[in-house]
Amino acid sequence: MTVSEEVARPERGQVFHLVIRPTGGWRSLDLREVWRYRGLLGAMTRRDITLRYRQTALGVGWVVLQPLLAAGILSFVFGQIARFESDGVPYVVFAYTGVIGYNAFSSTLTFMSTCLVTNAALVSKVYFPRIILPLAQIGSKLVDFAVALVLYLVLNLAFGVGFHLSMLTLPVWMALAYGMALGLGLLTSAANVSYRDVGYIVPVVLPLLLYLAPVAYGIEEVPTNLRAVYRLNPLVGMINGFRWCLLGRGSLELGSTVYAIVFTVLIIVGGTLYFRAHERRFADVI
Amino acid sequence: MSSKAPSSEARIQVRGLSKRYEVEGERAGLLSEAIVRRLRHPLRGQKESFWALQDVNLEVGPGEVLGIIGKNGAGKSTLLKVMSRITEPTSGEVELRGRLGSLLEVGTGFHPELTGRENVFLNGAILGMRKPEIQRQFDEIVDFAGIDRFLDTPVKRYSSGMYVRLAFAVAAHLSSEILVVDEVLAVGDIEFQKKCLGKMHSVASRAGRAVVFVSHNMNAVRDLCTRGVVLDSGRVVHDGETVDALHCYVDLHQHRSTAPGVFVLEDRTNNDDHEGRLYLAKLVVEDADGPTATLRTGRPAAITVHCEGLPKPDEVFTRFHLRNELNEIVLASDTRMAGPDAEVSGQVVTFDLEQLPLLPGRYFIDVGLGMKKTRAVLDQVASAGTFEVSRDDQYGADYQQYPQDGSIYLAPRWRQGTAAATPPVTPRGG
Repeated sequence: MTVSEEVARPERGQVFHLVIRPTGGWRSLDLREVWRYRGLLGAMTRRDITLRYRQTALGVGWVVLQPLLAAGILSFVFGQIARFESDGVPYVVFAYTGVIGYNAFSSTLTFMSTCLVTNAALVSKVYFPRIILPLAQIGSKLVDFAVALVLYLVLNLAFGVGFHLSMLTLPVWMALAYGMALGLGLLTSAANVSYRDVGYIVPVVLPLLLYLAPVAYGIEEVPTNLRAVYRLNPLVGMINGFRWCLLGRGSLELGSTVYAIVFTVLIIVGGTLYFRAHERRFADVI
Repeated sequence: MSSKAPSSEARIQVRGLSKRYEVEGERAGLLSEAIVRRLRHPLRGQKESFWALQDVNLEVGPGEVLGIIGKNGAGKSTLLKVMSRITEPTSGEVELRGRLGSLLEVGTGFHPELTGRENVFLNGAILGMRKPEIQRQFDEIVDFAGIDRFLDTPVKRYSSGMYVRLAFAVAAHLSSEILVVDEVLAVGDIEFQKKCLGKMHSVASRAGRAVVFVSHNMNAVRDLCTRGVVLDSGRVVHDGETVDALHCYVDLHQHRSTAPGVFVLEDRTNNDDHEGRLYLAKLVVEDADGPTATLRTGRPAAITVHCEGLPKPDEVFTRFHLRNELNEIVLASDTRMAGPDAEVSGQVVTFDLEQLPLLPGRYFIDVGLGMKKTRAVLDQVASAGTFEVSRDDQYGADYQQYPQDGSIYLAPRWRQGTAAATPPVTPRGG
């Protein structure tokens, strides 16, 4: 944070030498410093996973139940009532593949946006690269994702969807989901330190995005004249990609995929810069 | 500055360090409010600020235990926060030679749902320890905390004492070359506090470590620190011997004395606790010959409190505390103690001590006014006045005083006991 110079003095071997000075302007991410604190990142991640999966039997159950319920409701509304197309697979499975991608993004972002404020005691008492806190949210969400994925395999087998080569691209879509969440999480968590209502705005806006992205319906259902505007939502390419990857059918839209990738890169860079610029004030304001 | 290790060897060097805080606008607010504010006053920035630290220069060498003392808001915690990189300085710099570890407020970074074992690793990581480092010292930490039976119990079931012990044990085993301790010894039982102080002694004496210690416990500062720094309004006003620092600290509290034994309290600013108006005007310490700065053990003395502008003097009580150099209250009195019939309410009240029961040393007087009915505080001044009890042969026995003699003077009524049943005590002399 406040390191402007750090030199291991060769003549004294391991002696840690540090000069703390005021810094100004935009700062790049000090990856070496983050790496030095990888132990803390690990410990925080373990803490969250332990807490989530130990506390209650329902904790694990909830991880399985939540996406299943969401997919069930969406398939009832869109499949049974609105009777949308589902690429020839049962609507529950169709909706579930959208929910999986959407959840990976939204649950990570939700926890990231408040992580600095919930850990205010740590932020104002101990030094560590603050970016550790949002990063530490990813681990337990990845475990949730793995559980949801296992459930998908069960659905896949039960409904005979079959396995496809497209499944090998899963890491790409995961990188997009977690990358977008991280970039936006860095922005919102830093903003939430100064403006507490950001923590309330995020959970209000996220469910709206659920309907503005192809979670419960395919892109084909969107009127052609609106698609250009619709595709401004970077979640479109990411969620469509998840579905294409998991179902092995439908179409992979090149334009929205490239747009999602560019957006992810830009939001990570922008989020990091914003976070780093505001980091030095966290302890004073929080 | 005082004599120190040569600067190239210092563990901590603070040079011209200043820190400014914005009073308004820096605190957490609402985004919506901020937007509205910006729309209403597009050009006005929030400018009000104050300096928490001003041009602080310090050095802490290896093996030193530096005590930092000062009133609330003097900048002690800010200084530690800058040193430990929690907040950035506004100007100046701090140079550290060695890893810095902080002894945190108890339980920071502990999670109640996790077991003792899990919390040791989590807390160690938060304090900057590596996993193998924690593993190596794990048994020692558990042993020091004395919680081995409850290692796999969630810490939410721990007693507060166990909690404190475990938290301290982790931090005490930090292998950093610089240790920062901020007012953590205020909790825990006496036994454990002693153990912690002992551990800190050994930490500091272990080759080349430096400890920075902030506390309001003057006993702890006196016993532990090899050097003392006094901060006042963000500036270093003393840097040197611990004992001198303690004296300097108590002097800071003192109010203006116009003549020996006369303390004028009128030109107080808002830094003392009071509700609304200022009523306490003057405090006078007297012996048989009038106002004085020096009293003598066993001789008459009087403390007079003058008030101004009291609306209903009859409904007001006055009280005072006497504190010794270690900030401990040694005695107190209150006009209500004289009973409802004693007419001691009013603008001027005097407390008479026929025989001053205090041993030689420096004493400080806190005075306060309150409403008899509601017990509400009207006005109070900490360390409104001070006096010295002069070194004197008060026992008439050529006795050398020990620090452990306390503050209270008792006539030395000793007599020879016998192995047989003891007769009832009768005062000698009269």
